[in-house]
Amino acid sequence: MGKMGISHYAIINAHTDVHVVGVCDSSGFVLKAIAKFGDVQVFKDYRALLDQNNLDCVLIATPTSSHGEIMRYALEQNLHVFVEKPFCLKVDEGRELVELAKQKRRINQVGYHYRFVGSFQKAKAILEKNIIGKVYHFTAEAYGPVVLKPKGSTWRTKSSEGGGCLHDYASHVVNLVDYLIGSPDRVAGTVLKRIFSRDVEDAVYATLLYDNGLSGQLAVNWSDETYRKMSTQIEIYGTKGKIIADRQECKVYLRNSNGPCGLVSGWNLFYTTDLTKDVWFYLRGEEYSSQVNYFVESIKNNDLNNINSFASALQTDILIDLLKDDAVGRSK
Amino acid sequence: MGGASKIDRILFGDNQFFGINHMSGEKARIQAVRFRDTKAIIDVLDIAYDLGIRTFMCTTHGRIAEICNHMRANPDRYADFKFYPGMPYAHKYANAVTEYGMMGALKRFVPGSFLGTVLRGGKALATRDFLGMMRLMIDSEMKMFEGLITEVIFLQNVMTDMLLGLGFKDVFIAYSDYIREKYNAEPGFFTMNLPLLLDILEECEVDNPIVCSSINKIGFRMCGGKEAYEKTIKERKFRPIAMSVFASGAIPPAEALEYVCSQKQIESIVFGASTKAHIKQTKELIENYSQITQQSSE
Repeated sequence: MGKMGISHYAIINAHTDVHVVGVCDSSGFVLKAIAKFGDVQVFKDYRALLDQNNLDCVLIATPTSSHGEIMRYALEQNLHVFVEKPFCLKVDEGRELVELAKQKRRINQVGYHYRFVGSFQKAKAILEKNIIGKVYHFTAEAYGPVVLKPKGSTWRTKSSEGGGCLHDYASHVVNLVDYLIGSPDRVAGTVLKRIFSRDVEDAVYATLLYDNGLSGQLAVNWSDETYRKMSTQIEIYGTKGKIIADRQECKVYLRNSNGPCGLVSGWNLFYTTDLTKDVWFYLRGEEYSSQVNYFVESIKNNDLNNINSFASALQTDILIDLLKDDAVGRSK
Repeated sequence: MGGASKIDRILFGDNQFFGINHMSGEKARIQAVRFRDTKAIIDVLDIAYDLGIRTFMCTTHGRIAEICNHMRANPDRYADFKFYPGMPYAHKYANAVTEYGMMGALKRFVPGSFLGTVLRGGKALATRDFLGMMRLMIDSEMKMFEGLITEVIFLQNVMTDMLLGLGFKDVFIAYSDYIREKYNAEPGFFTMNLPLLLDILEECEVDNPIVCSSINKIGFRMCGGKEAYEKTIKERKFRPIAMSVFASGAIPPAEALEYVCSQKQIESIVFGASTKAHIKQTKELIENYSQITQQSSE
């Protein structure tokens, strides 16, 4: 179990409407720790866990290459599924799973937690009201200190298992772009840059192009130690103003005139302290609890039109493939 | 028993030194540049110390070790200087887990396990002696404070809240016991989930625990809600320390401190600041409002 697995387990275990029946991990070491300190059954084989007949749902936070197989098995057992991002390594497999979840009428959600961050939600609301006019360009960036040395050997260092900055940091940013602005029609100038890693990229740079003339630039680098942790920012330029949003604040600049909803000409600042909704349990950020609670509520309400559905996350996988193909094309 | 019988009313925090600002990445960066040199941090600590703020509540960030060296080298200057360490420094471990995997990270951080030898660490890993590993990791984090005063040793909120969510009671018990036995100090806990944490600590029979949590007028990072916090502070037996009292600057200083100081059960307040004017102003506001509360309750 990695960082997200333990984090999800702690959050869902603290949810008063949920009873955690079992935990599965491939490491005997981790399972022994959980069995010793926790009040839960442990499994080394995910099938044995998912075969338990008293389950409603499963949270999957495994290396990306195993997502498809485990999700399929879970859906076949009629379980609601929450899976960590990115969704699938292969777009075809992703399409089949979107279809299977639909057939089975199970809630399906992927852990793109930025859609649960107040400042990005605020940016979305402002864009939906067309307050900054016609959007013509954006820059979407994320930086952080994950790989700072040429070593380490986990699935994250292997391209075939979904390692690398594109599937990790960059998938969040691409998903955020899709959420706020929509999917680009084409990508160009993609650079997948190795800085310290041997087999995977540590940075992703690309231009995103839309048929309506809108353009955007993507810059993501997980080998940047000037950031204490992952920091994501999107700057969106419109004919009447612009928006700068990160996890902590949403800044809106309006040219010339006041806007609706009390927005004034010039800068308008919205802080996380005002935008953040309360959660029942906090670990590392409200958004992690919010997305898990949202999953639980969607199950209770049988609401299949949920945020971060498999179908929306598949769109991100498709964009990741576009970026990969463009980079390969360029290197030829 | 040499633990903290009394905690200072005012504690000095360290977020501002390490580019941490919950409100603005921009401000955080400016701070990181200003404090790139440890001397700049020590200068601010000196200002606070000379104003009578004697306790420094800090993480186990690598740069704190340099501050510790400075304090050890000048024992006369810092005779009353106290550290309240908070561990582990979470990002160090979280990034390592992402880079090396769970086992790889453990092998790196459990001392003595690197060569797979039968040193204590290697043995703890090999025999899956989890609490033994925890004790070794505490020792390794505490090494930088050797010879300095550490009356309360805190578990950082990411760790506390993770263990809380997981319901790993035995770890809370083992942590508390070890801090008392080995360091002759009181265990403390940072949390974002005050009411829930007190429930579990009660079940663990950690009596009258020292708990540092966000307490502010707008309910920011107060999981369970502001009212639940107020009730908890009023009615439950524990030693509350308030942090995030300004909610990262969202509340004006006087209003923020009036709110916190009006709750007389709150034993102590931690804040961070970078200038003499701010430190002085905050200290005076705390003292004034505390006095008003004291007088009105007499």
